[in-house]
Amino acid sequence: MNLEATLRGARDRGAKLLVPYVTGGLGRGWLDVVRAVAAAGADAIEVGIPFSDPVMDGRTIQEASQRALDIGATPGSIIDELDGLDAGVPIAVMTYYNPVHHMGHERFAQRLSASGIDAAIVPDLPLDELNGWADAADAADVETVLLAAPTTSDERLHAICERSRGFVYGVALLGITGERTELAVEATEMGRRLKAVTDKPVLLGLGISNPDQARVAAASSDGVIVGSALVRRLLEGGGPEGAAEFVHELRQGLDQG
Amino acid sequence: MSAPRRGDGVTLGPPGPEPTDLGRFGEFGGRFVPETLVPALEELELEFRRAWTSPEFREEYAQLLAQYAGRPTPVTECHRLSEHLGVRVLLKREDLTHTGSHKINNVLGQALLTQRMGKRRVIAETGAGQHGVATATACALFGLDCIVFMGAVDVERQALNVFRMQLLGAEVIPVTSGSATLKDAINDALRDWVASVQSTHYCIGSVVGPHPFPWMVREFQRIVGDEAREQTRSILGGDPDFVVACVGGGSNAMGTFAGFTDTDAQLIGVEAGGLGIETGHHGASVSRGVPGALHGARSLYLQNEDGQILEAHSISAGLDYPGVGPEHAALAASGRAEYPSATDVEALAGFQLLSKLEGIVPALEPAHAVGWLMREAGNRVPKDSTVMLTMSGRGDKDAMQVSEMLAEQAGR
Ligand SMILES: Cc1ncc(COP(=O)(O)O)c(C=O)c1O
Repeated sequence: MNLEATLRGARDRGAKLLVPYVTGGLGRGWLDVVRAVAAAGADAIEVGIPFSDPVMDGRTIQEASQRALDIGATPGSIIDELDGLDAGVPIAVMTYYNPVHHMGHERFAQRLSASGIDAAIVPDLPLDELNGWADAADAADVETVLLAAPTTSDERLHAICERSRGFVYGVALLGITGERTELAVEATEMGRRLKAVTDKPVLLGLGISNPDQARVAAASSDGVIVGSALVRRLLEGGGPEGAAEFVHELRQGLDQG
Repeated sequence: MSAPRRGDGVTLGPPGPEPTDLGRFGEFGGRFVPETLVPALEELELEFRRAWTSPEFREEYAQLLAQYAGRPTPVTECHRLSEHLGVRVLLKREDLTHTGSHKINNVLGQALLTQRMGKRRVIAETGAGQHGVATATACALFGLDCIVFMGAVDVERQALNVFRMQLLGAEVIPVTSGSATLKDAINDALRDWVASVQSTHYCIGSVVGPHPFPWMVREFQRIVGDEAREQTRSILGGDPDFVVACVGGGSNAMGTFAGFTDTDAQLIGVEAGGLGIETGHHGASVSRGVPGALHGARSLYLQNEDGQILEAHSISAGLDYPGVGPEHAALAASGRAEYPSATDVEALAGFQLLSKLEGIVPALEPAHAVGWLMREAGNRVPKDSTVMLTMSGRGDKDAMQVSEMLAEQAGR
């Protein structure tokens, strides 16, 4: 599958896009969670490969990462387990640069590709440091999604949109992942700025916590990424059913918009 | 430049070399951070480059170093220790600065920059508490808000410094994630900064982090090496055979080495050997680390076979870090500097020996450098060699901990 083509297709049919985030290796049944989330209306799924020092993540995803690591999740195990998953939607892995660097650019990209994983998001690898990884990813047909932030200048925004593959990830607040009671003031402005410079799918993520916030954020963009609010439900024992129920609510919220 | 003496003013030497594109020292360094922080780092790089060549900034900084921090610090010849070890030992006395460690040199520079950038809030991480105390001090001096992230384990073992920071008006936030030590304090400081970057300066305490920090902090610490070179020359009539400093992130060592890279001196950075390198419980990132990217820089880090960062171990909170500044990684790769280690036990021995023979109670961090010298005098350091060792801080903060450990040792 191809992430950008899939997202463009859904968008062009008039839908708002929904990309939930699930921490890989979080409990033995984590692949069932991925399948359930796909069936409940996700357009693509972000699978987190846990890292010991996740500086872009708040407490919820920190805790989920630690739990996954404690029960033995590794980059290799998660990539292997995703091989042959028949979720029916594209998969992007989200991890930090150190595990990628450690495995080696080519090897990491080839393993993603061999497992049928479409894309990678590496939030601590900004545009200026991208080269080694992005070349390897391009060669292996892995789409590298770049992040744009509220602090990014217009000039950089252009370059980021140009280089991003799959979609452009608009950071919807100043800060790290985690649920928020209100949608950040930066969200709508971020969506608007990105939509003005790119035709690629624009998704807003970070802090988007409920169907209502998703609907508002998607109004200025093509859709949303929802992480901590979903992962909290998994940490609380919600399992595949709880995850599916929440994703279904998000889907409805977006469809109402 | 004649040898600086206490009471003289401070004269800054010329700026040192800038790293190449995007903060590279050889293959190390760079700027591996979330996009949100990139613009702030670009601004900081510009501001620092401008300030560091501005006569007004340099004058203001030099004045602060002299009148507030108490520079220049002396170089002390250690006659009894020299006789004991059979090598001639000189100490660069950063323990005599205001707040008691070299950390003050860096924070005064960064506080001045914070003012220039019009920011009013400063965050910092701290291990031993020395950088936290220094940052809180500079913030009190400049009237800036100060928040210090400190691992919960370190809050416990450095209670005195926690109180000092609070007294100085700083808020100390205990960090419970991960190993609850320095690495995790840096994680939480970065997490705060991603949210607060428009109003806040992150005052990093060592030559680590994304560009421009490793370069900037080295430049703010090079006063140590610049002074020491002239002072050592006036005592020895030439350069020392060995220049030795302890290495946590590596700021006192990098500042020291900066004054001696173009001499024939052998540069030695002493890492934390912890319970012994072979036990796996140590902080020897150069000798046992592998290339990776953490806290914004490509450098050497202790990590497992999957690229997960490992916890370091050291008796001293200031060396309890699983990484090292990128310029050290480059110096190790080129062979210009060497990075052996000293164990907890060797550091304790150094702590006691220097106290007894010279009346100087070292911080546990530079006690590692003393411990290494005790082991290597007559071996790696031939008899009658001359050694310039940076005494990066004083040991008051560690006195309680050491007294408990010695009691425990005696009881066993
Ligand atoms: C006295 C002293 N020396 C050394 C260090 C280690 O830091 P660096 O390696 O950056 O000099 C510390 C850190 O807290 C310290 O307090």
